[in-house]
Amino acid sequence: MARKITIQHQLGFTLLAWFLGLLMFFPIFWMILTSFKTEIDAIASPPLVVFSVTLENYIEVLSRSNYLKFFSNSVIIAGGSTLLALVVAIPSAWAMAFSPTRHTKNVLMWMLSTKMMPPVGVLVPIYLSLKYMGLLDTRFGLTIIMMLINLPIIIWMLYTYFKEIPSEILEASRMDGAKLWQEIIFVLLPMALPGIASTMLLNIILAWNEAFWTLNLTAANAATLTAFIASYSSPEGLFWAKLSAASTMAIAPILILGWFSQKQLVTGLTFGAVK
Amino acid sequence: MGKIHLEKVNKCFGDIEVIPSIDLEIEDGEFVVFVGPSGCGKSTLLRLIAGLEDLTSGKIFINGQDVSNSAPAKRQLAMVFQSYALYPHMTVYKNIAFPLKMAGIDKSEIDKKVKAAAKVLNLTDYLERTPGQLSGGQRQRVAIGRAIVRQPSAFLFDEPLSNLDAALRVNMRVEITDLHKQLKRTMIYVTHDQVEAMTMADRIVVLQAGNVEQFGTPLDIYNNPINKFVAGFIGSPKMNFISVHDAKQLGAFEIGIRPEHMNISKTEGRWRGVVTVAEHLGSDTFLHVKTEGIGTIVTRGDGELNINYGDIVYVTPNLNKIYRFNEKGLSF
Repeated sequence: MARKITIQHQLGFTLLAWFLGLLMFFPIFWMILTSFKTEIDAIASPPLVVFSVTLENYIEVLSRSNYLKFFSNSVIIAGGSTLLALVVAIPSAWAMAFSPTRHTKNVLMWMLSTKMMPPVGVLVPIYLSLKYMGLLDTRFGLTIIMMLINLPIIIWMLYTYFKEIPSEILEASRMDGAKLWQEIIFVLLPMALPGIASTMLLNIILAWNEAFWTLNLTAANAATLTAFIASYSSPEGLFWAKLSAASTMAIAPILILGWFSQKQLVTGLTFGAVK
Repeated sequence: MGKIHLEKVNKCFGDIEVIPSIDLEIEDGEFVVFVGPSGCGKSTLLRLIAGLEDLTSGKIFINGQDVSNSAPAKRQLAMVFQSYALYPHMTVYKNIAFPLKMAGIDKSEIDKKVKAAAKVLNLTDYLERTPGQLSGGQRQRVAIGRAIVRQPSAFLFDEPLSNLDAALRVNMRVEITDLHKQLKRTMIYVTHDQVEAMTMADRIVVLQAGNVEQFGTPLDIYNNPINKFVAGFIGSPKMNFISVHDAKQLGAFEIGIRPEHMNISKTEGRWRGVVTVAEHLGSDTFLHVKTEGIGTIVTRGDGELNINYGDIVYVTPNLNKIYRFNEKGLSF
């Protein structure tokens, strides 16, 4: 028997959804609000909702540090690690989805298990490895690390997408004379494009927001926007308004990207859950 | 052109032996149907020939060339899948053009061949559509178009009509038979439908549990089934098997009688029984008769017999058309 959905139910759900949505958005909203306050207004108690808007924090932050450099590092590392990860993940997800062996599930679990380990556990070996290879505080070094960190998730997501593609279509392409690379480029990728796009977006967001490795493996040259925020939080922790301005500038690009691609992201995250 | 020879072909999936050992010789231009119950290994055998599965042992020769370890693309075969397996992101035109594009043929030549194939298959008006916008029959035609455009040495069909409705299936059956006459290429066709096998094949391979039970022309298999399995599998409705004293009287361990080889009378005959099911098709009447002594037998009479559920009838077998089997189920 189908459940009756009454107006009251619908209203209840809508209100609940709005409440939860606003609850989650509130810290971001408050941060953006604070970034336009003066330092005195920012720490006022009780907090001020009505205040005189000022841009002085942004001017101060921009004049004091090279925002564009952090920004470009973030773009290069998040984008580069994502592209590199896809190059590795697409063939491996393809192999596991279409030619599974008895051990495929184990390999997947093993990959996922690497995400369960606290990163600090391998900080020293990775730090030393990068140091000996001369890759500390380089964009290249961080791109590689970021790619390796997110690779398990990317492979898992792509594997799930590829599983949904009927293998007969790939076999048909093989019968039609497609070589392996042609099968992947002309048949698999176009069919998996929505999945690949949402995997890419998710990974860019993860890499963009990553802080632990960025803070530990970079100093001046390869520091990303997370390091940029961090540089305001420790010595100047009391300057709430400037910290808020820096944070807003750091999250703005990814917020905009996320806003425009929210449809892709939602399908990506709920893929396979409902069908 | 398209002679296919299988030598001691064996296939195991892990510990399970799906095909113990098959030897088969398919002549050039022949239409061969692999038929058998589901799970008999017919699709696996086709996929082995296609190169989509690896052989465990044995050899496959196409036109005398050992292709046992060759990639599917190297075997010069085209395949039509049960699910059509069209490329959903490409138009009909691009679907048909795909094998030619892979073969590196130049664009004007591709255009000519695609249009020619589309004309043969009545797809000219649909070339710019995607598979999602086509009906089942049209999709199947696109799949066939994709197969014929490259002029392979043989065609493989894996239950291509099982997703179509009954009327369309009959049409496509005729179309594929016509296509075979036009192209004169070797075709291997897998089906579980013995009507398709009987109507389309030059020769039929009857498979059971990965073994070839019998390989012969449709009528040869119908008239001279080698064993009880083949006798029961080919023919619709199924052959009746009788193993009680009537069989002994006729000098066999077990006898088989096809439903069409029995005489039905309301007054007299060899076996008396009650009609438990009467199927009136107009052209034929199928009766399930519950007899005393030999169980339920199915008969088939021409036209309308005016016999209904619950009627008492007498069934007499045509003794010239009886199949005799020994203890091992082999006919003699």
